[in-house]
Amino acid sequence: MSQAIKEKSVYADAFREFSTSAPEGEPSWLARVREGAFERFEELGFPTTDEEDWKYTNVSALARGTFRPAIEEANVSLEAGAVEPFVYEEARRSCLVFVNGAFRADLSSLEAIPRGVVSDLASALAGEHGDIVRDNLGRLFSKGDDAFAALNTAFLRGGAFIHLPAGVSVDAPVQLLFLSASPEAESASFPRVLVVAGRDSRLDIIESHAATGESVYFTNTVVEIFVGEGARVTHCKVQDESERAFHVAATRAEVGRSGAYEATSVTLGAQLSRHGIEVLLASEGAECRVDGLYIVGTGQHADTHSLIDHRKPHGTSRQNYKGILDGKSRAVFNGRVFVHDGAFQTDAVQSNKNLLLSTDARIDTKPQLEIYNDDVKCAHGATVGQLEEEELFYLRSRGLHTDLARNLLTYGFAEEIVAKIKYDSIRAQLDRAILNRLHARLEV
Amino acid sequence: MLEIRDLHATVEGKEILRGINLTINKGEIHAIMGPNGSGKSTLAKILAGHPAYEVTKGEVLFEGRNLLELAPDERAREGVFLAFQYPVEVPGVSNAQFLRLAYNEKRKHHGEEELDPLEFKDLLAERAKIVEMDAGLMSRSVNEGFSGGEKKRNEILQMAVLEPKLAVLDETDSGLDIDALRVVADGVNKLRTPENAVVLVTHYQRLLNYIVPDYVHVLYRGRIVRSGGKELAYELEEKGYDWIKEAVSGQQSAISA
Repeated sequence: MSQAIKEKSVYADAFREFSTSAPEGEPSWLARVREGAFERFEELGFPTTDEEDWKYTNVSALARGTFRPAIEEANVSLEAGAVEPFVYEEARRSCLVFVNGAFRADLSSLEAIPRGVVSDLASALAGEHGDIVRDNLGRLFSKGDDAFAALNTAFLRGGAFIHLPAGVSVDAPVQLLFLSASPEAESASFPRVLVVAGRDSRLDIIESHAATGESVYFTNTVVEIFVGEGARVTHCKVQDESERAFHVAATRAEVGRSGAYEATSVTLGAQLSRHGIEVLLASEGAECRVDGLYIVGTGQHADTHSLIDHRKPHGTSRQNYKGILDGKSRAVFNGRVFVHDGAFQTDAVQSNKNLLLSTDARIDTKPQLEIYNDDVKCAHGATVGQLEEEELFYLRSRGLHTDLARNLLTYGFAEEIVAKIKYDSIRAQLDRAILNRLHARLEV
Repeated sequence: MLEIRDLHATVEGKEILRGINLTINKGEIHAIMGPNGSGKSTLAKILAGHPAYEVTKGEVLFEGRNLLELAPDERAREGVFLAFQYPVEVPGVSNAQFLRLAYNEKRKHHGEEELDPLEFKDLLAERAKIVEMDAGLMSRSVNEGFSGGEKKRNEILQMAVLEPKLAVLDETDSGLDIDALRVVADGVNKLRTPENAVVLVTHYQRLLNYIVPDYVHVLYRGRIVRSGGKELAYELEEKGYDWIKEAVSGQQSAISA
C-alpha cells in the first residue's frame, strides 16, 4: 500500500459527504466511476516537485487541502445581469452558464443551438444519450496517471455534454462559462466537459473561466473532446480567473481520420495555473492546431504542458505558444511532440516564444520532439527575449511615450496568436489585457 | 530654429563628433554630406535622442530650448522628426494603428482633441497621396515585409502625418531606384513650408537634384569642414570626397606647421 493511502486524504471526508448527496436518478455506474477515481486519486496523491512533470510547479498549497468542494453553493443568488459581462457577444444565444461549478439553466441561453446538442452533464447521464456519456467519459484518461483528473472525476457532478450527430453543424459558438461568483473562501469546483462530435460535424466551443470577485478558490477542470472522422472542432479557452485563484485543467482531444481540432488557450488569471493539453491524432490524416498565449504579472505562475501524439500516418500538427511575463512572475512551457513508428509523413511544427518585460520574471521552456520513424517533417523551437531597444527607440522617435511604446510592442508580439482568434469580443478582451495602461484604442 | 554649438559625441566610448556648429532657420533646407564614417548619421541620431549616443560636450537648442534634455518622445512631440536610414519593422502593429497613435500623442501634447479611427482614416488617405502610398500598406504591420522603397516612403508618410517643424532625413535616398527617389523627394517638397526646416543627410548629390538645398555642409571626421550653397554639392559630385580630405589634411598640416 502506498504512502499516499496511509495518510488520510484531506478530501476523504468531503468525498464521503459528496457521495451521499447524489441526486436522484443518477445512474449507478457513475457512483462506481467516482469511487474508482477517488481511490486512484488517493493512490497518486498530489504531485510534488520531485516529479519531472511538476518540477517547476508547486501545488503544495492545494495539497494542504483546505479547499472544500462547493456543493451547497450551487444556488447562489445571481441576477442574469451579473453574468452578462462574461458572456461573449458571439455566444449571446448559445451560452451555458455554470456558477461555482453547478449548471444554471436560469442564466443560460440555448436558443441558437439545435435541440439535443448540448445539455448539462447531470441531465445527460439520465437522458437518452446516457450510454454515449458512459462509453466516452474518462476514456482519454484511462491510463489513470493524472491525479487532478482523478480528483475531478471523483467529484464529478456539474458539467456540459455536447453531442453532435454525424453531419450536424452548429453555427453559433457554444460558450461554456464557468463563473466563480463570490464563492466561500477556499472552495473548490470541478467542471467537466465531454464533447462527442460525430462524423463530418462542425462545432466551435468557447470555454471561459471567470470570477466576479478576487477570492481564493480552486478550479479543477477536465475537458474531453472526441473529434470524429472528417469533423472539425475549434476550442477557444479563456482562463481569466481571479488573481488569487488556483486553476488546474486538463484538456484532451482525440481526432479521427481527416478530422481537425483547433485549440487556442489564453491564460490571463489565477495565481497558479496549470493547463495540460493533449491531442491524440488517432487516425490517418488527422490534424490539429494548438495555440496559446499566457500573460502573467507579479504573483502569477502559469504552467502549460502539452502533448501532441502522432499515432497514424499523414498527421499534421501546428503548435504556437507565446508568453508575456511582467513583474515578478513565472511561467512554464513544456511541449512534447511524440511521433510513433507507424506515423509516416507526419508534419509537426512547435514553437514557444516568450517576452520578458521585467528582470524578475522567469520562464522555463522545454520543447521536446520524440520521433520514432524517419519519414517525418518536424521542427521546433523556443525563444526567450526582451523588447528590442531599437524598436522602442523607433516608436519613441514618433512621439509615443515609453509605456505606450512598450505596450504596443508587447501587443505586436501577441498579435500573431490573437489575430487567429475568430471572435471579435475575445480579441478585444485580449487587446485590453495587453494594453491595460493604454488609453487610446487601437482599432482602425 | 536649431542651434548646434560645439557638439561632441561618442558611441561606445569612441568619439564620433568633434565640435559641430550649425544654425538652421525655419524655411531652410540644409544638406549634410560627407564620406562614410564622417559622423553624418550620428548627428542625425543625436538630434532624435538615440540612447546609444552620448553627448560629451556642447549644446543643441531647438526653438531656444535645450533639446538634449528632452526624451526622444518629447522631442518628437515638440516637432523633431528623424526619417531612419534603416526603418525598424514592428510586427503585429498595423501601420494605420501606429500612425494614429503617434498622431494623437502629438495632438494630446498640444492640447488638441484626438481623432477617432474614422476621422483619422480620412486624414491618412489624404496624406498617403503625398507619397503615392498604396492603401494596402496601411493595414500591414509597420515596415514588415516592405521593400526598401516602401520603407523609405513610409518614413515620409509618417513625416506627412506628424508635420514636424524639423525633419532630419538620414540617407533617405539610399536603396531607392530613380522612380522611388522622385516620389520621396516630391513628398518632401510638398511638405515644405516657410515654417519648417529640413536636414538632408546624404552621401550622394543625387537626392539634391530633386530637393534643392539652401545650404550644403561637408562633414569629415566629426567636424563641418566646409559650408556653401548648392554648388558645393556639384563640386563634390565632380571631384569626390578625396578633394575635401586633402584640403582638410592640408589645413591641418598648415596649422601644425
